[in-house]
Amino acid sequence: MKNISNYLAPIIALIVLLAIWEIFVYSSNIPIYILPAPTDIFLSLHSNLNDLLGSALITLRITIYAFVIAFFVSLFLAIVFSLSNILESSLYPITVIFQVTPVVAIAPLILIWVGLDNAELAILILSVIVAFFPMLANTNLGFKSVDQNLLDLFLLNGASKWQILSKLRIPFALPYILTGMKTSIGLALIGTVVAEFVAGTGSSKGLAWTIIESGNRLDISKLFAGLMLLVLLGITLFMLMTAIERNLLKRWHESTQGDRG
Amino acid sequence: MLKFTNVFKNYDKSVLADISIEVEEGEFISILGPSGSGKSTILRLASKLIRPSRGEISYKNNKPPSIGFVFQDATLMPWRNVLDNIILPLELNGVRRNISTKKAAEWIKKVGLEGKENSFPGELSGGQKMRVSLARSMVTDCDLLLLDEPFAALDEITRRKLEEDLLKIWKREKFTILLVTHSVNEAVYLSERVIVLSTGPGKIISDKKIFKENFDQDFRNSQQLLDLNKTVYNLLAREKNS
Repeated sequence: MKNISNYLAPIIALIVLLAIWEIFVYSSNIPIYILPAPTDIFLSLHSNLNDLLGSALITLRITIYAFVIAFFVSLFLAIVFSLSNILESSLYPITVIFQVTPVVAIAPLILIWVGLDNAELAILILSVIVAFFPMLANTNLGFKSVDQNLLDLFLLNGASKWQILSKLRIPFALPYILTGMKTSIGLALIGTVVAEFVAGTGSSKGLAWTIIESGNRLDISKLFAGLMLLVLLGITLFMLMTAIERNLLKRWHESTQGDRG
Repeated sequence: MLKFTNVFKNYDKSVLADISIEVEEGEFISILGPSGSGKSTILRLASKLIRPSRGEISYKNNKPPSIGFVFQDATLMPWRNVLDNIILPLELNGVRRNISTKKAAEWIKKVGLEGKENSFPGELSGGQKMRVSLARSMVTDCDLLLLDEPFAALDEITRRKLEEDLLKIWKREKFTILLVTHSVNEAVYLSERVIVLSTGPGKIISDKKIFKENFDQDFRNSQQLLDLNKTVYNLLAREKNS
């Protein structure tokens, strides 16, 4: 019973919110080019579905590519850091530079370097830059948090560095890695959209392009429809990561055993 | 099988001072001492996880024995089930899976965990986890078992049961045991020899053999155990108050 109400509560809240919005727009006579009512947005979504889905797929494709690349880059760096303190102290501060620099500030530079004709590549690079740091920081933390006694046990049994990495550090860090992945998948999407904005209209036809174009045409219903797809995309990706996390950790990690009692 | 000769260990400060112990094959030795007396350091030195600052640790025929180590908490890998946790030392030593599974199954039986092979540590009680840890430490047929306060976190009933089971296994398998404990009763009940350390830096203040009469006949409740407890307790108390 409690589970059903957990799922129903946010849905009911959303429906109530949309109803208030609808009533507010119609009772206040707000023009559609300022704030469309939810029904206008759904109608626009319906009539522009092919156009919007096409854009969403482009954004999704770049987001997934960026996420996968960021995952392997961060895992590789975390492994290197766990094997060598010198490499960690030399390279980690450099990765922090990428994290603290706003993506919009470096986007023009990346665009120039890869060429304006390759806007999608520039967007991919920028999205990777935004997405990789949380995974690196979490994986690195997970590798370092390994139980000292377990590590001693491995050393006592003559484990090689590779055995320590594959049989101890990586499984031990899995909850940390997955937390980083959950943060990064959202950031990869944000990075892609921000980069699309900076790259400008016409160069890539992702969702950001649709949003900018709709804004320019004062087609605010379509703009909202684009935003709605973006939000749906973000939520779906996050839920997918959460499902993967639950599936991988379900039998052994406390975070997935809250309902066991 | 193992000999400490004038061993010192310093970290930021001195932890152990002038420790000399000769461990005979098959002995069950308990090391007692106040907190900070360097008890656990002795085990880490014996296992070669750390090296002495001064002095020498030598092994019979210059060949280090195969070692099993049990920590205060069970230190299991939560992502592996009972069987795979116990297999670990064999796996790290390159033993084939079918052989290691057979070996682990034997130990699962010896420590009374039949039927729990596929359970994960999160699904076990504290006592069961410690049984897995004991099985894992012994699965390699180790010559020397190092126990670092293994039963400290368990309730009294579980603790007594595990102590008795450990004694049975030791008598059957004949390996050497070095047990670090805070409990006078545990040390006296389990071992044949009790070493008492001073407050840090730890020095040996007593190294006492324990001769148990009528061990098999309810030794737990015997007057002899009470007397031995009292003797060792007084040594510790004197050290603590000095």
